[in-house]
Amino acid sequence: MDIPWVELIVALLKCVFSLAFVMQVVPILIWAERKVSAYIQDRTGPNRAHIGGIRAAGLVHTLVDVVKLIVKEDIIPSHVEKRYWFAAPVVAMSVALTTFTVVPWGDALTLPASVTALWGGEGPLSVPLQVAQINGGMLFILAIGSLGVYGVMLAGWASNNKFSLLGGLRASAQMVSYELAMGLAVVTMFMLYGTARLDEIAAQQAGPIWNWGVFGVLDNPGLDPLVLVGWIVGGLAFLLFWTSVFAETNRMPFDLPEGEAELVAGYHIEYSSLRFALFFMAEYAHMVVGSAVTATLFFGGYNIPFLDGQAIRENTDIILAVLGFGGVPASIVFAVIAWRRRNRPFYKALPADDIRHREPRFWLAVWSLSALAALGLGVVGLSGLVGGTALGPELVAFALQTGSLFLKVLFGTFFMIWIRWTIPRFRYDQLMDLGWRTMLPVAIGTVMLAGVWVIVREAVQAA
Amino acid sequence: MTVPALRHERTFVERLYLPEIVKGLYITLRHALKNLFEQDLPTIEYPDVRKPMPERYKGAHRLTTRPDGKVKCVACMCCAQVCPAKCITIQAGEDPNDPIEKYPVEFQIDMLRCIYCGYCVEACPKDAIRMDTGIYEINAFTRQDMVHNKAYMTDLMDGHKPLAETFYRQQAGSAPKGYDTDEQRVLPVDGSRGL
Ligand code: SF4
Ligand code: SF4
Repeated sequence: MDIPWVELIVALLKCVFSLAFVMQVVPILIWAERKVSAYIQDRTGPNRAHIGGIRAAGLVHTLVDVVKLIVKEDIIPSHVEKRYWFAAPVVAMSVALTTFTVVPWGDALTLPASVTALWGGEGPLSVPLQVAQINGGMLFILAIGSLGVYGVMLAGWASNNKFSLLGGLRASAQMVSYELAMGLAVVTMFMLYGTARLDEIAAQQAGPIWNWGVFGVLDNPGLDPLVLVGWIVGGLAFLLFWTSVFAETNRMPFDLPEGEAELVAGYHIEYSSLRFALFFMAEYAHMVVGSAVTATLFFGGYNIPFLDGQAIRENTDIILAVLGFGGVPASIVFAVIAWRRRNRPFYKALPADDIRHREPRFWLAVWSLSALAALGLGVVGLSGLVGGTALGPELVAFALQTGSLFLKVLFGTFFMIWIRWTIPRFRYDQLMDLGWRTMLPVAIGTVMLAGVWVIVREAVQAA
Repeated sequence: MTVPALRHERTFVERLYLPEIVKGLYITLRHALKNLFEQDLPTIEYPDVRKPMPERYKGAHRLTTRPDGKVKCVACMCCAQVCPAKCITIQAGEDPNDPIEKYPVEFQIDMLRCIYCGYCVEACPKDAIRMDTGIYEINAFTRQDMVHNKAYMTDLMDGHKPLAETFYRQQAGSAPKGYDTDEQRVLPVDGSRGL
């Protein structure tokens, strides 16, 4: 049998990359959650753990946390239903990671013939930057995403404990209520895009910013007042979808399954050590995936506004030069800020031999190096060495588009954190009320309006 | 008298939720950005930065001294008498060179029992005991180290002496009678405040 090694390896690399994409954001999010909440509440947040005196604004705490969770005792209560109890955190985590497989993180990357020749390939090889290219990609997300509640339900039931069970029940009721609105919001977007493939959806949003899903997927808006209909459709669908994402990820206004006040910690009371860590990370992984899907559906996915993949490939050198020479002053500003921080009362109060006096110097060095690197990038751009090669523009496009998706995901997750520390938790009946009596009718109305818009849009575009 | 709860009918805009949510988001973001850029938080980063204690703060006790270095205390027992926690133990003695007054051979306060009421300071006729040291970190790993004695309290001021446990072990003969230097400790004595 002839095994397609190249494709296998490429697929494996893509899996590793998407896993890394999600997992590297998680520690940043845990840190951001703490720091943002602290600043919102006028506190300092984590700032004590350090490596060699470098505290990195509390980022080290996340590392310390991981070590702590690993070395803690893993308690298995005698009264739990072992099989399901063991499965629950795994389900929660793997569902979150699986969903990400259909999210594209860039245009297809074309490996030129000179590279494929390394392993005896013939001609250029086009690698789609998406792990699974499924025709019903969006349906896959809906299907797998709603499996996420199984992790919570299994944990709640298998823990054999009233609080956990109530948490699991709430999670499932909430899921049922919000899945509807989410599904209808997605239906709206199906109608606008005319496809359920996420790579095609992302490709349709390339180019100017008004191609984005929130603006009703319109190629050329003109000055027609009818454009407003598209904005309303896209905006409503986005609001519905985004609210449902909060409900699906069990984030703040909807985190009844773990309402501390009445349920202690809800479904994960009985979990400790790494099993708890899995639940904890799954919540953040869900946030990342939820933001990524939202970005793909409504905010252009990996696309940079006004700069589609073709434009990046054609103007690689200019982009590199702009990025590089733009990065130099930014890095210098950061270096100056870092250096001036040594005058803070905190450093003045430290004894002279305290190891934390290294911090301002360390960050000065880091930002100076970053300024140098940016300068180097700019010079490379000016020299025009990259744009001429076959592989260079492809890699630059890959980096920029993935970076763009990354930024959108970061903003989405930041928004989730921001909401969490702003809005109090819903009461259970209010939650049901919002789901069934507000969001569902609005969602149905949106679908109808979308139908109108799809017809009107053709007229607008023809004009 | 019943006071009716102040409720106001929610307006249509309020019932839409979203404008109110945006208002809330604006408030929290304002705080977050202000704190991020100004870094001017009310938090005092405690073990590194310390708040100066007000002058009248009641901290650990000290025994004041006369110009010749002897403690002012005349072992009148007023403080021991008035102490509601009964934590002051004074052993009075007579100085053959100065037979007019008694003096405390040993003066111990069990800081675990002290309630920092300050009665001892008020009761003293000689202004011999004060709580103006500004020391609030009175802690130890063993009970015996929580007993402050005459040697330790004499002219105790913040920053002048280490914690009692360190002091007793570093200064030979300063420890109270019956002090067990071999008692198991959790951390080694190196003069640091355990941080
Ligand atoms: S402060 Fe009060 S409790 Fe403490 S020693 Fe003085 S009188 Fe006793
Ligand atoms: S009241 Fe003053 S003089 Fe009298 S024993 Fe106490 S400290 Fe000494």
